[in-house]
Amino acid sequence: MKKRLVELAHARSGDKGDKADISLFAFDRATYDLFAREVTAARVKEHFKGIITGEVERYEVPNVLALKFVLHGALNGGASRSLRSDGLGKSLSSALLRMEIEVP
Amino acid sequence: MKSVRIAGGLGFYGDSWRPIRASIERGNVHYVASDHLAELTLAILQKDRQRDPNLGYTRDFAPMLLDLLPIAIPRGVKFILNAGGLNPLAAREVLLNALKKSGIKLKVGVVLGDAVLERFDELQAAGVSLAHMDTGEQIAAVRERMVFASAYLGARPLVEALDAGAGIVLTGRVADAALFLAPIVHELGWRWDDWDKLAQGIVVGHLLECSGQATGGNFGGDWRSMPDLAHIGYPIAEVWENGEAVISKAPNTGGRVNFDTLREQLLYEVHDPAHYMTPDVDVDMTTLHMEEIGPDVVRVSGATGRPAPATLKIVAGYEDGVMGQAMIGYAWPDALAKAQAAAGIIQQQMIEVGLKADETVIEYLGYNSIHGPLADSTYAGELNEVYLRIAVRCADKREAAKLGRLFPPLALSGPPFIGGAGGMIEPRGLLGIWPTLARRDIIEEYVRVSVEES
Repeated sequence: MKKRLVELAHARSGDKGDKADISLFAFDRATYDLFAREVTAARVKEHFKGIITGEVERYEVPNVLALKFVLHGALNGGASRSLRSDGLGKSLSSALLRMEIEVP
Repeated sequence: MKSVRIAGGLGFYGDSWRPIRASIERGNVHYVASDHLAELTLAILQKDRQRDPNLGYTRDFAPMLLDLLPIAIPRGVKFILNAGGLNPLAAREVLLNALKKSGIKLKVGVVLGDAVLERFDELQAAGVSLAHMDTGEQIAAVRERMVFASAYLGARPLVEALDAGAGIVLTGRVADAALFLAPIVHELGWRWDDWDKLAQGIVVGHLLECSGQATGGNFGGDWRSMPDLAHIGYPIAEVWENGEAVISKAPNTGGRVNFDTLREQLLYEVHDPAHYMTPDVDVDMTTLHMEEIGPDVVRVSGATGRPAPATLKIVAGYEDGVMGQAMIGYAWPDALAKAQAAAGIIQQQMIEVGLKADETVIEYLGYNSIHGPLADSTYAGELNEVYLRIAVRCADKREAAKLGRLFPPLALSGPPFIGGAGGMIEPRGLLGIWPTLARRDIIEEYVRVSVEES
């Protein structure tokens, strides 16, 4: 069965220069393990096609049931040079929560 | 076991200091540490200083202190603030005068030496490349357009000011969490090579440095469950000699402190959580443990640290063109189609008037301005209202201003409309950001601490 991440997680994003970072939080260990398997750096890069220009790195933080994604070339040059309404990328966390994954 | 209680102050220049009052009155704190500088606040301060060499600090700090000192002084509460921005000495002058006028006697410390733009030649001569730390690009292409450059200093000079008896410490750019690590080290006497304890101190600082973001503000989960955000409490930490910490907030305040609100803040703007690099310690957050031990009380323990890096981060800003932007709104029926038609008209006219733009962004507010290509198009044909926003990147203000002048005629000569938004918007200067690294000894050689009494 497919589910959107918004039903399974919460998230927050932040900015540093032209990089955005998104933390994705699971509510239990099983869901964290599912995220670790399904929400790969490659999938996140594909998800943000047309918004980011660079690579995506992923870090695992199992002690707080979180995955951390760092999106390069994500902010149209960075908040102070961006032409976008959301120059700080504050909404990228909710954009990630649109992703659908296969849930057993 | 000895402990120290610290209140989180502002999270940025413009944040509210009202919640700090509750932390002082009902939170039993010894210190307030306040972060007034976001990554690019220095760019705003640079413009202030260009207009008036006596400016260049965040002007909210003196009203804030004058409002809070009457309740803070009787309780012995001290303040540490990075509100000095680009001009900590001028900030202190303003504060000392205000304190004298109010008849308050206090020692005010400043930390100097973070501003390094004037030292770029010297740094390069000493072998610091100043290349972009993410892309490796050489600085030469943007060097002439740099408007500020600040090194992120660590907590040591702040501790020195506290050791010298300062009741208020004003700094320029320091690592945000260092504002919090300083009073912890000053009170608990931690050694500068006790990496695990320093790591705990940095984690505490990082949890507290964004005000309400630790206590239920900007919460990306069930935001409806956060009570009474109108009276949100800012976070408070108690830290013990052995490094253990408890995060809470003042009684009878809004918001919430729990595992979810704190883990969102823990990882906020952190890249590799196993190597959160600060001037004082390389922090590993993946070893820590957070446990709810009561309502709005969470214990944080187990962060570990590795030796401090040999380099310090510098963030510089350079002028990078001018943005022109304009907006106009359209109503149902066909709101999006009308806005798209208007965009087509403007794009043709941009070519015909010869508007030179390096980049053009077209957004439909109410439809896709936030999530771009990820926006859900299910109801695109039935939207109640849509605002067209066009933004251009141009070489100068004159060129950027051409865009705005194309919009008013749309009122009578475009699709049926509902009004502009905000009238003509002034073109705005854009700044590129240049993060780089430098050997710490060459930066720290110039760091000075001075303490003066009002």
